Amino acid sequence: MLSVLNLACERDNRMLFNQLNFSLAVGEILQIEGQNGSGKTSLLRILCGLATSFEGEIHWQDLNVQDKLSTYLASILYVGHHPGIKSSLTAEENLRWMQQLHPHLNKGSISEALQKVGLYGYEDVPCYALSAGQQRRVGLARLYLSNHPLWILDEPFTALDKRGVMEKEQLIVEHATQGGCVILTTHHDFELPDQRLRKINLDQ
Amino acid sequence: MNFLLATIRRELLLAFRNRSEIINPLAFFVIVIALFPLAVSPEASVLANIAPGILWVAALLATLLSLESLFKQDFEDGSLEQIMVSPQSLLLLSIGKVISHWLISGFLLALLSPLLGIMLFLPPIAIGALVSSLLLGTPTLSLIGAIGAGLTVGLRKGGMLISLLVLPLYMPVLIFGAGTVQAGVMGLPIGGYLAILGAMLVLSLMLAPFAIAAALRLSIRG
Repeated sequence: MLSVLNLACERDNRMLFNQLNFSLAVGEILQIEGQNGSGKTSLLRILCGLATSFEGEIHWQDLNVQDKLSTYLASILYVGHHPGIKSSLTAEENLRWMQQLHPHLNKGSISEALQKVGLYGYEDVPCYALSAGQQRRVGLARLYLSNHPLWILDEPFTALDKRGVMEKEQLIVEHATQGGCVILTTHHDFELPDQRLRKINLDQ
Repeated sequence: MNFLLATIRRELLLAFRNRSEIINPLAFFVIVIALFPLAVSPEASVLANIAPGILWVAALLATLLSLESLFKQDFEDGSLEQIMVSPQSLLLLSIGKVISHWLISGFLLALLSPLLGIMLFLPPIAIGALVSSLLLGTPTLSLIGAIGAGLTVGLRKGGMLISLLVLPLYMPVLIFGAGTVQAGVMGLPIGGYLAILGAMLVLSLMLAPFAIAAALRLSIRG
């Protein structure tokens, strides 16, 4: 579905990576590894069109992403370090806005998604009153609502408790088995039973 | 269109939740105007003379003051990134943000202005000119200011830079805005002034949203 050809990125006169080639088929999960500062986040930002200072090509379903940016953007869900959650709005209001942004964010209802991430009863609490982990769970609820074929997740497991990590892992695997793709960065060891998981190390 | 309405609704809700955002420019406006009679002279003839200029300068500075925070929060919490990676257009978002910014700054300033006009002994016949000039002029201030806010949102201390960027562009609005009120005081027709303010509004309404969207794109991509 996604293929990357000869990708190179330079930042402050330092080559972060070059000659990067990989492709992602339906149902695969790609884990990007590397030390801090090795360019993991930069790579993800390039992949979702947020950064344009790179060389090489990215193809989505055999079409160059730069030519068909709006169709491509309609099929990805990106959750970065800053998840775009407003602290003065409630979890429900935040998710409703996300739905307005993404036409593909309509699987099931918001209250169901909040129930699944354990925020049932917190719908009317402004996000600033939630703990850091609970705020991450609001972001997690977005994944439950998502119908996007490709998920791009930057450090999805930070600040989650053990159960949260397990649920999110499960959700990611489920997404892959249902025919989606996932690209993520994490330092956490993913334990997957099958061959779905692929790894790229940016240090090499 | 739906997205535009959703943006405005969300911005107004956010402003309502952080009420200081609404109150700060209004309070600034009132305080500046209230200090003039104390500092200059409480005499009606003196105040009525300088009232058009003071009212317009204070409204302009109050708008400028509220601009720095226009995109700051959205930039810091990742909301702008999320819009960039969504299929929705940054252009509609820019228009929605400016409309809601005007509703909570310029529009409220215009509504409050008759009271402050009376405080400065502005003759009653000029009150209409004051309100209509502010209603037509402040949206232009919001539109132009948003370009500056979009360009400087990625900078750590952008406040000063916004002023430098947008103040020159504010001058025509200030001159014709204050001119409208001045003409109103003297009992001259104000139609021509309002037409020019309206023309500036139409021009900036057509061009500024593109510039704001481009500025935001530039700031996010770093």
